[in-house]
Amino acid sequence: MTAPTVTLSSVAKRYGRIEAVKDVSFELEQGQTVALVGHNGAGKTTLIKLMLGLIRPTQGTVQVLGKDPARGDFAVRQRLGYLPESVSFHMALTGRETLAFYARLKRVDVSDMAGLFERVGLAPAAADRPVRTYSKGMRQRLGLAQALLGAPRVLLLDEPTSGLDPALRRNFYELVSGLRSAGTTILLSSHALTELEDRTDRVIIVNEGVTIADGTLEKLRGIARLPTRISVTLADGAGITAPSGGQVAWKAVRDRTFEAEVAPENKISILRDVTTDPAAVAALHVVEPTLDELYAHFLGGRGMMR
Amino acid sequence: MNNILIVARKEIQEGLRNRWVLATTLLLAALALTLSFLGSAPTGNVGVNQLDVVIVSLSSLTIFLVPLIALLLAHDAIVGEIERGTMLLLISYPIGRRQIIFGKFLGHLAILAFATLFGYGTAAAALALTGTEIGLASWWAFLAMITSSILLGMVFIAIGYVTSALSSERSTAGGIAIGVWLFFVLIYDMALLGVLVAAEGRPLPSGLLDILLVLNPTDAYRLLNLGSGEAGALSGLGGIAGHTGLNGPMLVAALVAWIAAPLTLALRIFSRREL
Ligand SMILES: Nc1ncnc2c1ncn2[C@@H]1O[C@H](COP(=O)(O)OP(=O)(O)O)[C@@H](O)[C@H]1O
Ligand SMILES: [Mg+2]
Repeated sequence: MTAPTVTLSSVAKRYGRIEAVKDVSFELEQGQTVALVGHNGAGKTTLIKLMLGLIRPTQGTVQVLGKDPARGDFAVRQRLGYLPESVSFHMALTGRETLAFYARLKRVDVSDMAGLFERVGLAPAAADRPVRTYSKGMRQRLGLAQALLGAPRVLLLDEPTSGLDPALRRNFYELVSGLRSAGTTILLSSHALTELEDRTDRVIIVNEGVTIADGTLEKLRGIARLPTRISVTLADGAGITAPSGGQVAWKAVRDRTFEAEVAPENKISILRDVTTDPAAVAALHVVEPTLDELYAHFLGGRGMMR
Repeated sequence: MNNILIVARKEIQEGLRNRWVLATTLLLAALALTLSFLGSAPTGNVGVNQLDVVIVSLSSLTIFLVPLIALLLAHDAIVGEIERGTMLLLISYPIGRRQIIFGKFLGHLAILAFATLFGYGTAAAALALTGTEIGLASWWAFLAMITSSILLGMVFIAIGYVTSALSSERSTAGGIAIGVWLFFVLIYDMALLGVLVAAEGRPLPSGLLDILLVLNPTDAYRLLNLGSGEAGALSGLGGIAGHTGLNGPMLVAALVAWIAAPLTLALRIFSRREL
């Protein structure tokens, strides 16, 4: 039960002269939802293909559900779900025919499909139309439906939300949260940390084929020690000087409005200082570092932390 | 085994949906009907069995058309799926690459066999319905012609897979496929004719002629259908057939080898291909 479902040990993959992945190691635990984040060309798709056994590592080993996936063990593949980056299907077939084809290959009962269509939000009328007529969102839903066939133990989703509108994206993450409780290991890749909206247990940031950060968002925030931005607008009656607050460097941005960047450990005490006289404060904003800033931090100072 | 049938079924489903099956069947039927009724006019009733005339004209049609249809179906099979992105998903499923190729082959074979059987079948049926007397031997010869046409189609489906497995783009595969068609259907025979003319009537060593004939599957097919019996007399190919030591079973074996070799090669190339 506690053995990791996916293990990568010192994996490297080279395409001719291009080193798509150079020395990546991590383990994915059962029931974990993990985000694999990195710029385009960072090596995310290559890592996912390695986990699927579609390509072989030039160095290191990959284990998925206890086996080397490149051996193409059918029992392992039956327990894997994969949503390729910009998934495509046979245009002439209907959604239902498409899903039935994949269900047969996975030896999943074809009669279970109605429930799956409902889960991913494809209406029965849409399921009977040729895939050619589908919008990007509908194709992505069909792609997710085929990935969910046969209750996979490991789900590998390559940029599942890129190009989806925000409502669809939210819908997508709700579906994924439902799976998490069922014990499925989910790895989803993204080229933007913000897209993940704090939905994952763990984030692995890769850049140029190397892991540059790995941990919970909370932990990564802690490591990055990015400052919180506090902005205070003083009330009319109060003096026009900066709020008191010890060692903080307040900066006047507008009339009566001051801003400061404070280290995470000083945040609470400074807020208490600023608010000792509630009447003196007209407005107060606390802006936590965004995921984009966090991402930029790790990509800027790469190699800082593993 | 099951996976092969699943893939074959999907290929047939697609073929039906994008009208491949319909178009090829109608094309073959229309040409077969035209040829059989045009062909029957000049010969009139000089005692030749009508169906034998049809067999000769349809065999000639097959040599041009069936390889072309087969290559059109097959050249897209692998590179097309890779280019459209459907192959990546498929190979992540519990299915082997051999099963993918064999499944596609079975599906394409079914489409081609259906089109040939029903396309050419209409010509024979039309003859029978218009009151022509057809002997049992002619029916057998007709069935043999259809079967060998399907064999010839299988050869070119297999060759099409090789071009498809080799190419990195669909358009390249299409170009190579057309080149292959031109080579076997036109250029090879013209070159062979040139050699025969250059020999100035001196017979080639018969072993050499045999080899040259089986090295081109369309020639093996031609000899199989036009080289003997009634058809041989009608087509005038009986002459060449007399000079070769090739018999029916050997020609069929040559066609089967022409199916097995490219199919194995296509499988090899596809299995090594990373995508
Ligand atoms: N089949 C391939 N042949 C050659 N280079 C490749 C191939 N696939 C990926 N690459 C290269 O490997 C690097 C990583 O690509 P990829 O894993 O697709 O990145 P990501 O998915 O993070 O955008 C890129 O530089 C890309 O150009
Ligand atoms: Mg990618």
